[in-house]
Amino acid sequence: MVSFSSVAKRYPGGQEALRDVSFAIGEGELAFITGRSGAGKSTLLKLIPAIERPTSGSVIVKGQNISALKRAAIPYLRRNLGLVFQDQKLLYDRSVYDNAMLPLAFSGHAPKEAARRVRAALDKVGLLGRERSNPIQLSGGEQQRLAIARAVVNRPSLLIADEPTANLDAESAARILEIFVAFNQVGVTVLIATHDQGLVARYGKRVLHLEKGRVA
Amino acid sequence: MSAWLRQHRRAFGQALRRLTKATGLASALVIGIALSLPAGGYTLLESLRAIAARLTLEPQISLFLQPEAKRAEAEALGKRLRTDPRVATLRFVPREDALRELQAVEGFPELIAALGRNPLPDAFVLSTNAAAVDALAADLAKLPGVAHVQADAVWARRLAALAGIARLGLWLLAGLLGTGLVAVTFNTIRLQILTQRDEIEVSKLIGATDAFIRRPFYYLGLLQGLAGGAMAVGIVAAALALLNREVGVLAESYGSSFRFAFLPAGDALAVVLFAGLLGWLGAHLSVSRHLRDIEPG
Repeated sequence: MVSFSSVAKRYPGGQEALRDVSFAIGEGELAFITGRSGAGKSTLLKLIPAIERPTSGSVIVKGQNISALKRAAIPYLRRNLGLVFQDQKLLYDRSVYDNAMLPLAFSGHAPKEAARRVRAALDKVGLLGRERSNPIQLSGGEQQRLAIARAVVNRPSLLIADEPTANLDAESAARILEIFVAFNQVGVTVLIATHDQGLVARYGKRVLHLEKGRVA
Repeated sequence: MSAWLRQHRRAFGQALRRLTKATGLASALVIGIALSLPAGGYTLLESLRAIAARLTLEPQISLFLQPEAKRAEAEALGKRLRTDPRVATLRFVPREDALRELQAVEGFPELIAALGRNPLPDAFVLSTNAAAVDALAADLAKLPGVAHVQADAVWARRLAALAGIARLGLWLLAGLLGTGLVAVTFNTIRLQILTQRDEIEVSKLIGATDAFIRRPFYYLGLLQGLAGGAMAVGIVAAALALLNREVGVLAESYGSSFRFAFLPAGDALAVVLFAGLLGWLGAHLSVSRHLRDIEPG
């Protein structure tokens, strides 16, 4: 599903975020990427939806070489991925429902089908009763769950989350992770970056530990 | 409905909602006021041109005979004039006809009645080309029986030149304000892009194509231009209606029914469409320049 070989990423200014990173994630797998802040977790995840491009090495996602991907092809790649960001990136000028609807606006679903999908996604993350609310009225955990609903509304086969439990209390964090596990159980490949070792240990899943830009 | 059509309808709806907000309407009004100047000028000029067309611009010479000249003398002179190659058209105006024409003019019948006789001479009206007019007029003045020769070429030339200057001025004004329209749209769209920065960034992150993101801005530019054009036409119409009330009073005192005519429907439509096109262009320039700056990372 995702494979990195000898990937290096150097930012302008000389900062080396990743060095010689190689790994592969199989279809249906759930893996954690751990490491301290600045170890390169976010950079690694940003390479998958081509938010960043590798300086060298190759990143293959669903058989597509990201390094060679044309700019115009990027939107179509991203539509097949579910992205959850640390800062959620919700839009506070519209309702919970409309936030979850956003990806369907440009993938061109018929309105009835789109509405059905949005309700299904909100149901899965336990926000079905909050459709008319504004995201600002939601708790931190609920906002993160809304971000997950938006990520899965297009039914991606790969779900990527960058520190989805940061800034959440233990109970909310556990609930978020359970949602990811539930998606993984129905066949979605899930990749989660986190610095919370305790949380990772509880699930006994595959862990890629990053240290100073290398897989340790 | 196809996905493509649905997306266009969505973008159009978004643009329409933004346009009907205060900032959108204010921008449309700025465009409308700016465009109403050349559009209004053009309207006035066209109205005046209708009058000028009645006063032919082709160089014309009026040749008046001595009042005591006999009709036979006049006919002989006519024959002679017809052989002159510089004379393009020739029309004989007998003094009776001239009197009848004059009597049709407001105020003159009383004056003529007071005179008790026809004071007018027989006359020829002939047209020629602009190069020959002065020489021809000089030659005609030397012919026997000719009392007076009047060449209308000078003021005809002046009028044509003035109209030319006015038209050029209007084109310059239209060009200048059209550029202003593009700049106004450029800026409105830039502000709109800044306001929606978050939405654009998130949309790009989750797979919106550039075309999808640009579409509402193109529609906004187009709609704003069209609205501005329509306002310009409305402003011109309102201004003419006001102006015509006063012009009517003045014209009546001269016994005329002159009014400034409103733009023909085709021209009014052209103003609106052209404004829409310029709005689209402003949006295009703005979007090309500013959307690339918003890249998630």
